[in-house]
Amino acid sequence: MFGRLTEEALPFYSEIAMAGAAVTVLGGLFVVAIVLWTGSLGYLWRNWLTSVDHKRIGIMYVVVALVMLLRGFIDALMMRAQQAMAMNSPGYLPPEHFDQIFSSHGTIMILFMAMPFLTGLINFVMPMQIGARDVAFPRLNLISLYLTAAGAGLVLISLVIGKFSTAGWTGYPPFSENEFSPGVGVDYWIWALVVSGVGTTITGINFITTVVKRRAPGMTWMRLPLFTWTALCASILIVFAFPALTVAGGMLALDRSAGFHFFTNDGGGNPMNFANILWMWGHPEVYILILPAFGVFSEIVATFSSKRLFAYKSLVFATVVIAVLAFTTWLHHFFTMGAGASVNTAFGITTMIIAVPTGVKIFDWLMTMYRGRIRYQTPMLWTTAFLVTFTIGGVSGVLLAVPAVDYTLHNTTFLVAHFHNMVIPGALFGFFAGYTYWFPKAFGFRLDERWGKRAFWLWLVGFYLAFMPLYALGTMGMVRRLQHYDNPDWQPYLIVAAIGAVSVLLGIASLAVQLWVSIRDRERLADKTGDPWNARTLEWYSSSPPPAWNFARVPKIEGLDPFWRLKERGEAYREDESYDSISLPRNSPDGVVYGALAFLFGFSMVWHIYWLALLCLLSIVAHLIASSFRRPVEQVISADEIARHDHEWKTAARTASRYDGDPLCDYRPVLRKVPAQ
Amino acid sequence: MSQVDIQQHEENEERAYGFWLFLMSDAILFSLLFATYAVMVTATDDGPTRSEIFGYWRTVANTALLLCSSLTMGLASIAIREFDKTTGLRWIFVTMILAFGFLVLEIQEFAGLVAQGAGPDRSGFLSGYYTLVGTHGAHVTIGLIWMAVLCLHLALRPIDPIIQSITERLTMFWHLVGIVWIGIYSMVYLPGLYQ
Repeated sequence: MFGRLTEEALPFYSEIAMAGAAVTVLGGLFVVAIVLWTGSLGYLWRNWLTSVDHKRIGIMYVVVALVMLLRGFIDALMMRAQQAMAMNSPGYLPPEHFDQIFSSHGTIMILFMAMPFLTGLINFVMPMQIGARDVAFPRLNLISLYLTAAGAGLVLISLVIGKFSTAGWTGYPPFSENEFSPGVGVDYWIWALVVSGVGTTITGINFITTVVKRRAPGMTWMRLPLFTWTALCASILIVFAFPALTVAGGMLALDRSAGFHFFTNDGGGNPMNFANILWMWGHPEVYILILPAFGVFSEIVATFSSKRLFAYKSLVFATVVIAVLAFTTWLHHFFTMGAGASVNTAFGITTMIIAVPTGVKIFDWLMTMYRGRIRYQTPMLWTTAFLVTFTIGGVSGVLLAVPAVDYTLHNTTFLVAHFHNMVIPGALFGFFAGYTYWFPKAFGFRLDERWGKRAFWLWLVGFYLAFMPLYALGTMGMVRRLQHYDNPDWQPYLIVAAIGAVSVLLGIASLAVQLWVSIRDRERLADKTGDPWNARTLEWYSSSPPPAWNFARVPKIEGLDPFWRLKERGEAYREDESYDSISLPRNSPDGVVYGALAFLFGFSMVWHIYWLALLCLLSIVAHLIASSFRRPVEQVISADEIARHDHEWKTAARTASRYDGDPLCDYRPVLRKVPAQ
Repeated sequence: MSQVDIQQHEENEERAYGFWLFLMSDAILFSLLFATYAVMVTATDDGPTRSEIFGYWRTVANTALLLCSSLTMGLASIAIREFDKTTGLRWIFVTMILAFGFLVLEIQEFAGLVAQGAGPDRSGFLSGYYTLVGTHGAHVTIGLIWMAVLCLHLALRPIDPIIQSITERLTMFWHLVGIVWIGIYSMVYLPGLYQ
């Protein structure tokens, strides 16, 4: 009846596991209690959980990402603590548990923190940047969100019911096969990946269609804001790379559940195929994470330098070239597998080549800053820290691209340091920068600068302390994923790394305080203009928060940085003479339905409750068929309401000064003095 | 065209475009299954090899059925585009019969193979074979269900842009299924016969 699900799945076998389960369950209950206590369930359901508005969906994605960031970071902290103390001692985490933690840390940070974060930012910003009212398929957008959440839910519930994988976030066979991992851990990993992967693929299709079909009149390809370009390229990578993840996960699942022999040691299986297929997804995935962050940096560097982006076209071409080359380097993740000198050399060269367009970008950003009026507010701090730190990571990457060097450093902490050095500044700093930059657009008030700067410095110092020692340790021969060790030379470095993790912890705490302080002081931080940073692109050409219809009238685009042009000509806040009514898609409960069914499906596949899995699949099919008969319902917003909103916002924008009550921060003079470029 | 028509037309175009992107993604999925099969074809683990298990006539019949169904599906989509419901329904019906015949032959083949001990758990080669051909078969099944749903739509109301949009996407899907089969026929079955 319940497959292999028995009461032994509950974590009464270890105190640490029980604590983790308790935190998860209590955290969930706490949220539910708050919602019920404040009586906001109906509000949440109507305005958020069933909303098909791309802006709200984007914000919900970022909420998922921040929750998962906490969970993933607790894993990181536990690992650093274990390694700092486990010199000639077992530490406090048994090996089995330590292995689960590094597996879930990687899985969560990449698939359930970084992916939702960038999807959320793109969702929120991209349609407005191209002058659209929504994405091409708003209802599918909501379903994607819930599929991602269902995957995240599977990872979270693995803490309470059963165990997570011990095979690392890449889940290499033969270790991840039944023979060596007979429990449910690897299955949790597979189904979390596959379920969320479907959602991500749909998102990719949605974003591409939006950019291709929904641009405002005059928004030609060479006028697209850079963030939209990177969103487009990342989406193309998603659509063409994620099938590989589905195939790798599906084949491993067939091996484990149906006795197939794709990657087994016996029966003619070949574990090396898995590494190939997984990295055909995995390497493009790195660029899926990093490209949107590059887009964020491009927007921020132009805005906060009060200058047009330097060499816009070269940035576009560099983005496209990176997206193409992303598919040509996957083999460098397993040089040591023995593909032969010539194959390794070819992939070593492609890996080095991909550093070229990336270098072009770094120079473009630097040249944008050169002789600009730079304002060092929090988003710009993240950006400059990225420029320096990411370059260090890039250099270590080119070093690893030499197969001969890779042979000595493969699977050491040098590699761990390298990819964290790419993904933390290259993706996460970008997401934090974007979060700070677009927060006032989303909620109508800025985030507190002081706490933002504290968070920034704690993160930056913490990052260097945590990962620079790992470079050294790697060259000293320390293998990654060690639960304990006996080399006394390593311990000081690992203690420094643990101190770095504590600094990052304080950084995360500062981010939480920042959010709290900002909500408390929202009157002081309010932005009435809709354009707190004196920005250049169309998403700022609306009130903060923007109305559901984004733009009262779809703007006509005459060049790069269209909003800047409007401000320059003094036309930005001119009111229209007449307004038309606008029809928008209605809320839909479909997201919740598909998300719940997908979660239940994944859960029953993990525990071999096949009748329930089949039932879920059939329900999904039935629901799909039924919804093909439903007419899309739209709500019509009256011209009066639009006119009223537009009038209120534009009046406020004309009269309010930027950063209300803080004349030092009013950048409007800059607007008049800086000539058009 | 009225304002509403134009909006509907644009929406249909977006749907077709988005669906085409999905098909490209699906094509990548198949190409990986093809690559896996190609790598595993010699991994027979002393079990049956491809020249021992693939029959000639069944595959020829399968190919004929599926390619004909691509033609009839095309004819159905033209009829529906021309608002000709009777002809459209007739051709969809023929397509469904052909697709059903294909599935029956494929299930027979799989059942026969499993009966002679050549199931997917026998060897890496057979795992690759069943997964590739089975995934294709799953697509045929989905297409068949989709056709039934389309028939229901046609039976319930006159042809409108939404029905045309559904038909357009189904036709694209069905052609992809046909193209993938040509790949399977030439990469899986034909080389097996001439070994």
